[in-house]
Amino acid sequence: MAIEIKNLNHIYGQDTIFQQYALKNVNLTIEDGEFIGLIGHTGSGKSTLTQHLNGLLKATDGDILYNGESIYREGYSMKTLRSKVGLVFQYPEHQLFEVDVFSDVCFGPKNLGLSQDEIETRAKEALDLVGLDESFYKQSPFELSGGQKRRVAIAGVLAMKPEVLILDEPTAGLDPKGRDDILGLVEKLHKEQNITIILVSHSMEDVAKYVSRLVVMNQGEKVFDGTPKDVFRHYKELEAMGLAAPQITYVVHALRARGIMISEDVTTVEEARDEILKLWRK
Amino acid sequence: MLRDITLGQYYPIDSVLHRMDPRTKLFGTMAYIVSLFIADSLPVYAAAALFLVIAIRMSKVPVKFMVRGLKSIVILLLISVSFNLFLTPGTTIFKIGFLQMTWEGVEFAALMAVRLIFLVLGSTILTLTTTPNQLTDGLEKSLGFLGKVGVPVHEVSMMMSIALRFIPILIEETDKIMKAQMARGADFETGNLIQKAKAMVPLLVPLFISAFRRATDLAMAMEARCYRGGDGRTKMKPLRYENRDRVAYAVCFVYLAAVIGMKIIL
Repeated sequence: MAIEIKNLNHIYGQDTIFQQYALKNVNLTIEDGEFIGLIGHTGSGKSTLTQHLNGLLKATDGDILYNGESIYREGYSMKTLRSKVGLVFQYPEHQLFEVDVFSDVCFGPKNLGLSQDEIETRAKEALDLVGLDESFYKQSPFELSGGQKRRVAIAGVLAMKPEVLILDEPTAGLDPKGRDDILGLVEKLHKEQNITIILVSHSMEDVAKYVSRLVVMNQGEKVFDGTPKDVFRHYKELEAMGLAAPQITYVVHALRARGIMISEDVTTVEEARDEILKLWRK
Repeated sequence: MLRDITLGQYYPIDSVLHRMDPRTKLFGTMAYIVSLFIADSLPVYAAAALFLVIAIRMSKVPVKFMVRGLKSIVILLLISVSFNLFLTPGTTIFKIGFLQMTWEGVEFAALMAVRLIFLVLGSTILTLTTTPNQLTDGLEKSLGFLGKVGVPVHEVSMMMSIALRFIPILIEETDKIMKAQMARGADFETGNLIQKAKAMVPLLVPLFISAFRRATDLAMAMEARCYRGGDGRTKMKPLRYENRDRVAYAVCFVYLAAVIGMKIIL
């Protein structure tokens, strides 16, 4: 049990005309080693929720437990929490500021007050994980390509050795190749480093392939929580929220409507291919 | 955390004041400020207070929201009040060292404080009921005559409206970058002055870069839509006076005349 969210509420601009409910009574438990997709339309509260998990925003009401301990407890160290729960913001390359890639990645571990040796080891490890070799270390982060910048920014968070990694729309603004690279990297981090991953996205298509659990947010509330195939069964409701199920879901349902009884639990193109071949051979 | 700035913030509701032509509101504000500066007796202040209360009621903006804008002038207010209190010559109440408090000082300080508060509240009504764009439109039109003597009125007002438009964007951006660096363990609150200044680097560098990026993008987008400055440019929503504006002008003139009249008679 890594993170437990209990009856979380958040109101922006309380008691003014601008008052707005961003989160309404959210309950969620995230286990160690899970790979979760957090899906929602723009303004559904998904980014607000993630900023609560490392204490950047304080809940109006409710509680969050990290490894069984309330993060709102008096004297709880937010700094430690933020090193344990790494948050990669949307367009993280906008936070780069150092003269070279290596120093930028060092910023996080340096803030943790580690020794110089440890800082450099961690920075090297992190850059290694995101697939940037030594030739990049002394380059200015501003001269890299979009995808490379994003890797540097992700390495900056990884260098703090988080137990939970939250990525807010990590593929926004990248080309298909860059998108697949980043998602592949996230999958690798989950498998090899055993980091708990929360992948925030508005695109089902992106996450369906990777995650083992989907949480769907709409207008500040958690509406669905389950395996991708469970959630995609509600594809009509998802559509009403402005979210679409992966295209393959529509293909499967269209086939079923025509009497080709392919399994409803198909969520990826590969699974659909196998299922169709199975039916074909019968 | 940075969203609590009210000075110069538009309050989006519907009221007579909100619908009024920005030029009318500009004139009203100017008339009000002039009246405050010629005010030197209690009846004039009373008239100004009445004018203010009516304007606030008409704007339908909650008083609580307006008063919040006063927080920003508290220090200025304290300084000016204490200067007036202790440095005005007259009948002494008591004396500490070279500082002496006088009856004239008390009177003067009180009037000064009221004047400052009225001034800020009055101009806050203008910005709370007028969007930045309306405001610059109004300014551009009102100051159009300066164009004849070579002042680039349109360009200046365009710069102003862009600057105003970018304030909330940059505030939001600052908030975002601050959070992103805090997620990497940055600390903006503790430490001495030098440490705090150093802690700003990870915030300011990305902020400047993004401001420049936004500026180039905007310039590009404007040129792509053939923007070449003010010559021959027409408005989608030209400013036009309605009956309520004529009434408002009349009220302002009557108020100004009354204030000047009181000044001469009293």
